Order: sequence, then structure tokens, then C-alpha cells
Amino acid sequence: MSKLKNMKQTTKTSIFTYALVIAAYLVIQALLGRGMLSRSTQGQLVPICCYIVMALSLNLVVGVSGELSLGHAGFMSVGAFSGAVAAVSLEGMVGSPALRLAIAMVAGAALAAVAGVIVGVPALRLQGDYLAIVTLAFGQIIVNILQCVYAGVDGGGLHFNFLDPELHMTNGTPIISGPKGTVSVTKISSFTAGFVLVLISLFVILNLVNSRSGRAIMAVRDNRIAAESVGINVTKYRLMAFVTAAALAGAAGALYGLNYSSVAPVKFDYNQSILVLVFVVLGGLGNMWGSIIAAAFLTILPEAMRGFEDYRMLVYAIVLILVMLATNNDNLKALLGRLIPRRKGAADNG
Amino acid sequence: MMTFLTNLVSGISLGSVYAIIALGYTMVYGIAKMLNFAHGDVIMVGAYISFCTTSYLALPAWVSVIFAIVVCTALGVVIEGLAYKPLRQAGSLAVLITAIGVSYFLQNAAQLIWTSNTKVFTSVVGSGSIKLFNGQLTITVAALVTVAACIIIMVALTLFTTTTKMGKAMRACSEDKGAAQLMGINVNRTISMTFAIGSALAAIAGVLLCSSYNTLIPTTGAMPGIKAFTAAVFGGIGSIPGALLGGILLGIIEVFTNSYLSSELSLAIVFGVLIVVLLVRPSGLLGKYVPEKV
Repeated sequence: MSKLKNMKQTTKTSIFTYALVIAAYLVIQALLGRGMLSRSTQGQLVPICCYIVMALSLNLVVGVSGELSLGHAGFMSVGAFSGAVAAVSLEGMVGSPALRLAIAMVAGAALAAVAGVIVGVPALRLQGDYLAIVTLAFGQIIVNILQCVYAGVDGGGLHFNFLDPELHMTNGTPIISGPKGTVSVTKISSFTAGFVLVLISLFVILNLVNSRSGRAIMAVRDNRIAAESVGINVTKYRLMAFVTAAALAGAAGALYGLNYSSVAPVKFDYNQSILVLVFVVLGGLGNMWGSIIAAAFLTILPEAMRGFEDYRMLVYAIVLILVMLATNNDNLKALLGRLIPRRKGAADNG
Repeated sequence: MMTFLTNLVSGISLGSVYAIIALGYTMVYGIAKMLNFAHGDVIMVGAYISFCTTSYLALPAWVSVIFAIVVCTALGVVIEGLAYKPLRQAGSLAVLITAIGVSYFLQNAAQLIWTSNTKVFTSVVGSGSIKLFNGQLTITVAALVTVAACIIIMVALTLFTTTTKMGKAMRACSEDKGAAQLMGINVNRTISMTFAIGSALAAIAGVLLCSSYNTLIPTTGAMPGIKAFTAAVFGGIGSIPGALLGGILLGIIEVFTNSYLSSELSLAIVFGVLIVVLLVRPSGLLGKYVPEKV
């Protein structure tokens, strides 16, 4: 018992977060085994995992590194499309769908990381709202470029085309078809794969945050000039957080793309980025388990309100506004402060 | 040559709409330091109000424009009072998310009221056009009115912010809210006033935008809103002439890429130009560069 007491606050939070995810997975598996989940809820499981990973990775950028990014879905789309190409082209060679999914996610993460470097190097020269608008612009550019990509596979290998739908294939399968996005993709995503991806993301992010680099990233967030003056390479650490987040978003994108037979690039425009940002802010900046709960809850919420049908998005909007107003209300904060005596983690008060 | 002129005219006309929307963004940003994501949706509301007055109440077009301005101004003030004012002391992210919430709210409310079917918007200035150079160059009246409206609004706003008491109060607030308050300026009222003006501009922009494109759906305002916002950043956010310059340039770039380079990639090119400009001049074309002090 004393061992648990002497543990650092960050370690406790990390253990709690892992436990939360594993417990949620076990509960859902048990419910699935007894057939207690409706079909629509079952269909939501993989997207929920994807959004959790998206929220976690964006939290690394917005919460930990302190940069407002409005183009996170762009990296998701890079992952989704490269993942689809990898998965479809390997269909004949790699038999096991699980292995194929893993390769697709790695490919998606790698290409999204490359995109992250391409976007991050110029964009991270800017700060604040300017950075926000440039990331939004990059996100839209990525989506726009993907709308012009045509790809397919046949006996001779992969065929790529830009702006020209004619691929000159012999008996090939088209994979990406311009504005229509991915076509005829075999659905190989599974809830377990999503769960594993969430765990990996948590592992990567929590280890990064609690490492020397993580402290450097947070130092840059809190005071860039002070951090620079003690010898921290500001660009390096900002880029590190940004590219890690991009790679994780790419893996989430691959999982998402392979969960549907067809996904259009428009699905990943700025609305999607904003949706993920909402998860992050509602969950609490820098708070990883908060992101997980917010992402899961807000993805289910519109589904759960099916009964309202027409009014559900309206209710969603009102809930969003009210939550923001309530969490920033001084009277309410004072009341909560009196109810909960004193929180140990001083870092939570940011 | 004639295609060039035609493109130039439509670019300037589209750019004028962007400029009017960008003015709203830039004024609100300059004073409240917030990205008002709901601004684009106020445009849409303005267009719907104008549409309803002309088609259901059969009132003349100019009445519908005035009606749209009045409703949007009221809407802007109400949104500010209910959603943004309680967050004056909160972080900028909280305000941003609230603005996104307001944007969702307006879009979905519009969808409930007017359904998601496309409405055909009849131009408020008629569908006439002027032919020049033996009919080789056609300029629509809508384009002319748009450009004229943009110029009038620019001049009026510049006069307003430089000569009137309220305008000076606005500039004082954008410079330093605390000091402005010490000088006896009612900061809250000034911010409400800014939202009122911004929303009135949005209504005008909505009517002009739909007069040129003739279609209206609940998400009509979203993309022009985003583009106008980039135009405001492009020209230097917080600067009124910057919004005009940014808007017009963005419109011209968009029309020219559409017709000379590639219509599929026009969005990528427009945003690409924005990124290049921001990397070369991080505070926009006409923005003030404020060096960071320790």
C-alpha cells in the first residue's frame, strides 16, 4: 500500500488511464459476447477507437505542446488512403487480415509522419492563431490533393495517376478514385485492433510526455523564450510533438479507412479536424483519459439520440455550448473547489 | 484578352464578397481576439432571411436586404451576449469551441427550419448585365453592385473607426482593453457593437453572395466563411485595408486558378498562396508586426 502512496502523481494517472482503457475493452467484449450491443453500437466501436486515437494525438499537439492545430484530419486522410493502398495491394500476398491491417496501419503512420514533417517544418515557424490557420489550410490542401489522386493495382503492380482517371490497367482493381475516395476496399478493421492501437498510442504519448523530451516540449509551451534561453531547441521539440501526433493520426486513419468499403476525402475536411478538437478541449487540455472519455462519449451521443432524429445535432450544439459555459463559470468553479478539497496534481490547474 | 478581363471582373466581384465577410472577421478578431467560427453561418442566415422576405412575403428586394441586416445584427448581438460574453475571462480555446458550437447550432437550426433542400435564390439586383466592347465583355449587375457595396462599406467603416467616438473606442479596445477601460470606455458595449457591425456586414455579404450564385443551403456560409477568414489573415488580421486587399486578392487568385490552371486544385492553390504569404510575412500583407518581448 505504501508503495502506491509513494508513487508519483504522473505514474498514478498513467496507470489509471491504462486501466480505464483495458476495463472498457473487457466490459465491451463481455457485452458483445452476450449479444447485448445493438448493431448500430457495434458499428460505432471501430470509429470510437479511431476518434480516441485522433483525440489523444491532437491532445499531444494542443494540450502538451500548446499549438492550436486545425488540420489534424488531413493526416488521418493520408493514413486512410495509404493504408487502403497497402491493404488492397497486399491482398494476394499476405493472407492474414490482421497482419495486413497491421502493415496498413504502419504504412499509414509512416506516410502521415512524412506529411507531418512537410507541414510542420514551415508551419511551426508561426505561432498562435496564425499557426491555426496555416494548419487548417494544409489540412484542406491535403484533402484537395487526395481528391485528384487515382490509384489501382493489377498484375504489373501499383498504378498511380494525378488528375487523370485513366489508369491503363489490365484486369486491375481500382483502389482510389479521385473525389469518390477509396473504392472496393475489403473491410478488415476490428475492435480488437482498435483497442491495441489505443493502447499503443497511450504508451507512445504517455512515455513521451513523461520523458526528458516531454518536459522540454512542455517548457516550450509554457514559455518559449525562457525555454530557448536554457538551451532547448524549440523547433526540434515542437516538431517532435507534431510529427508523433501526425503518425498516430495516420495509423488511426488507416484503421478508419479499412472499416468502410468506401471513404471520400471530403470526410476528412476541416469539420472533422474541428470535431476532434472539440473532444480534446472538452476532455481537458493535456489530460489523456479526459480525451478518451470525451471522444467515446461524443461519438456515441449523436447515435444514442437517434430517437430525437432531427433535433439531435441541434441538441449536440447546445450541449457543447452549455458545457463550455459551465466549465468556465467562476461561480461553478468556486463551488466545485469547495466540494473537492484540494487536488494533488498542481499541473491540473492550468 | 477578353477572357482575361472577364476573369478579372468576376475575380474582383468574388473578392469583394470575401472582403466584406473578412471585414467582419477582422473587426471581431481585432477587438475580442477570437476566431468567430460562427460568422460564416450568420451569412447563411442573412441570405435565408432575404430569401424568405422576397419569396414568402413577396416584399421588394431592398426591403428584404434591410430586413436581413436587422435580423443578423440582432442575431450577432444575441450570440455575443449569450455565448461569448460569459467567456470574456476564459482562454481563447474555450471561446473557439463555443463559436464552433454556435456554428453547429445555426447550421442545424437552419436545416430544421428551411430543410436541407437547395433553395433557388433570385438575385436581389436583378439578372441584368452590361455588355462592353461589342458584347465581348459581359459584366453582370450583381458583380457591379457587389464591388460598389464593398467600396462603400470600406469607406464608411474607415470613416467610422477614425472619426466617430464609438469607432475610436473600438480602436482603443483593440489596442489595450485595460487601458481603454481606465479611460472610461465601456468595453463590453464596444465589443457588442463590433459584433453588431460584423453581423450586419455578414448579412450584406450573404445576400450578395447568393445573388451571384443563386443557390442556398444551410451550409452555404461555411466555405466562404473559411476562405474569407484566410483572406483576413492573408491581408493581416485586425487591419481593415488588409481585409479588403486580402479578400480581393483571394477572389482573383481563386478565379484565375479555376480558369487557367486547374479547377480541381483551386482550393489547394488558394491555400498554398496563403501559406507562402504567411511564411514570408508572418503578420500578413498589411498587418502590424509585433515583436515578442520578454
